[in-house]
Amino acid sequence: MQLKNIFKFNGGVHPDENKIASTRLPIAKLAIPKKLVLPLRQHVGHVAKVKVKPGDQVFKGQIIAEADGNISAAIHAPTSGRILKISEEILPHPSGLPDFCITLEADFKDTWIEKKPIPWKKIEKTQLIETLSQSGIVGLGGAVFPTHMKLKTNQKQTIHTLVINAAECEPFITCDDMLMRERADEIIRGSLIAQTILGAEKCVIGIEDNKIEAYEALKKAAQKTTVEITVVPTLYPSGDAKRLIYLLMGIEVPKEKRSVDLGIQVFNVATVAAIYRYLEFGEPSISRIVTITGAVKTPQNYEVLFGTPLSELIKAAGGSSNKQKKFIMGGPMMGFDLPSIDVPVTKAMNCVIESSPELFPTPKPVMPCIRCARCADACPVNLQPQELYWFSKSSQLEKAREYNLFDCIECGCCTYVCPSNIPLVQFYRYAKSEIIAQDKSKEAANTARERNEFRLARLEREKKERAERHAQKALGAQDKQAEDDKKSTIAAAMERVKQNQQENIKN
Amino acid sequence: MITALLVMIFLAILLGLVLGYSAIKFKVDGDPMVARIDAILPQTQCGQCGYPGCKPYATAIAKGEADINQCPPGGDAGAKALAELMGMEFKPVNEKHGVQKPKSVALIDESTCIGCTLCIQACPVDAILGAAKQMHTIIASECTGCELCLPPCPVDCITMEPVLENSESWKWKYPIYNIQKAQKA
Repeated sequence: MQLKNIFKFNGGVHPDENKIASTRLPIAKLAIPKKLVLPLRQHVGHVAKVKVKPGDQVFKGQIIAEADGNISAAIHAPTSGRILKISEEILPHPSGLPDFCITLEADFKDTWIEKKPIPWKKIEKTQLIETLSQSGIVGLGGAVFPTHMKLKTNQKQTIHTLVINAAECEPFITCDDMLMRERADEIIRGSLIAQTILGAEKCVIGIEDNKIEAYEALKKAAQKTTVEITVVPTLYPSGDAKRLIYLLMGIEVPKEKRSVDLGIQVFNVATVAAIYRYLEFGEPSISRIVTITGAVKTPQNYEVLFGTPLSELIKAAGGSSNKQKKFIMGGPMMGFDLPSIDVPVTKAMNCVIESSPELFPTPKPVMPCIRCARCADACPVNLQPQELYWFSKSSQLEKAREYNLFDCIECGCCTYVCPSNIPLVQFYRYAKSEIIAQDKSKEAANTARERNEFRLARLEREKKERAERHAQKALGAQDKQAEDDKKSTIAAAMERVKQNQQENIKN
Repeated sequence: MITALLVMIFLAILLGLVLGYSAIKFKVDGDPMVARIDAILPQTQCGQCGYPGCKPYATAIAKGEADINQCPPGGDAGAKALAELMGMEFKPVNEKHGVQKPKSVALIDESTCIGCTLCIQACPVDAILGAAKQMHTIIASECTGCELCLPPCPVDCITMEPVLENSESWKWKYPIYNIQKAQKA
């Protein structure tokens, strides 16, 4: 394992890895639960459109909600059974607010719908992407962006390099590590498929140097293929797509541009494995590997069907070992506290950590900012976190935006190094969502203004039209009067003629 | 002395011509100040300010006829922004015009609606759909929550429903943490 040609990014931190506990045991399959709750919003973009109704019998792998528009993903039944209800349930989201979910009652027969492997080498690319939009595959690294959209390329955007993200830099999380150790073959094949679809010349896997076994497994699987494997130093947040691109290629993706604009596409290892399984076996996205770790009795990785209640996963891991019953979804750096343990496992759930006072002691009291600028040194995006903090704290939102608040990746390095224990990222999240809400209401105001102006113009036009009609009518009435006059004149003339004739006869 | 006078006169004529020409050529239609004020106003078109809409109110402010604190939907934040724009002292919203309410949209009880079209005529943003003797309904996404449709309804079938937070409109809250007592050394 050697580090070659690595371009180090600024900043970054190295928190305790805590990864060993959950890698001692192989990936286990979690039993099918009685009930599965499938949220319609498990991806970035439009909510999926429901295709079933309560009482319907469904097979494993059957589409129960289809993608609505381009940026959306389908949802499949993770096992066979009956649709119980479509209702609002609590989601694994920091808000803890309910959203629409399909509840499926398993029949424990686990009967597959007819699997249709896709001859991806033979069919046309546009058609292939169309099929992939039915696969339900989204970015499994945590961003949950519909994968078929990322495989689309056009004349303007040609992809020269495909980067496979195997860094998994957050502490505690080992789902990608275990996947690479056990299914390296699927990952390499999936990478080659994605490379072919994208038409990329190169495919590079970037992996942190703390995953030796995974690296060896990948290397073995990648023999005799063109896939390159590059080892990067273990430094959080090297798993951020733009940081990884910089590490591997020394290319910095400019502000307001995406890596695709530079000809680079990034996929997570689990995502390419899912692409492989879908095309080769016709198996849609119905499960994922989830790390359950922290204070649970036996930390381990499980292959979990989407929709499985989190409590089932906790039970399988030996149950919680402390009274606090606090669970974090994601890693300790970017994750959030789950609102309840009755939430379902979703496509975004890569890791669940049981919090305990030993692992995560109560944060020390927050002290005032002493302007030490350690956060600026740690920021991997080269922002000025201390300035952003002041602006966010005083709600000077425009100023925060000017200081590139939206380039912040919320990695939490600044919070990690802050000697005053200030929850910096929380301030940035607040400022960001406040700005987004303000922009939205401004847009709504603009629409209302347009609609009001249009209405006023319409009323004006209608008034004018009415006035014209009246004028016409009045004119018409005048004409009639004139005609009547004419008729009476003629009649009078006729009368005179008659009289004359009669007089003539008399004479 | 005479040259100096001539130069001054010549310059005065020249500059006068330039200014006169540009006054015609670069004439700005409408008051740009009105547009800037209008951009701050929330476009509810509710008329609580005493003017028939946001634009008339903006025009009145620009002319100096109206005060900047007459817009309840804009709230104190709106009044502050107007004060900044106009270079005036901030004043909290005048309660005579109403109080700021949480964002709501109108909802028609469709079984009670008799299809009189009176609310359609009252809606400033054409957000009500319906026809004579047909059931009416609100296009919720276009409704500004102005409440102008409430008074004309003869059967009182319109209610204002506050817009609840959902997982899409949810916002991260301002971080609040407890300040602890410093330990004695």
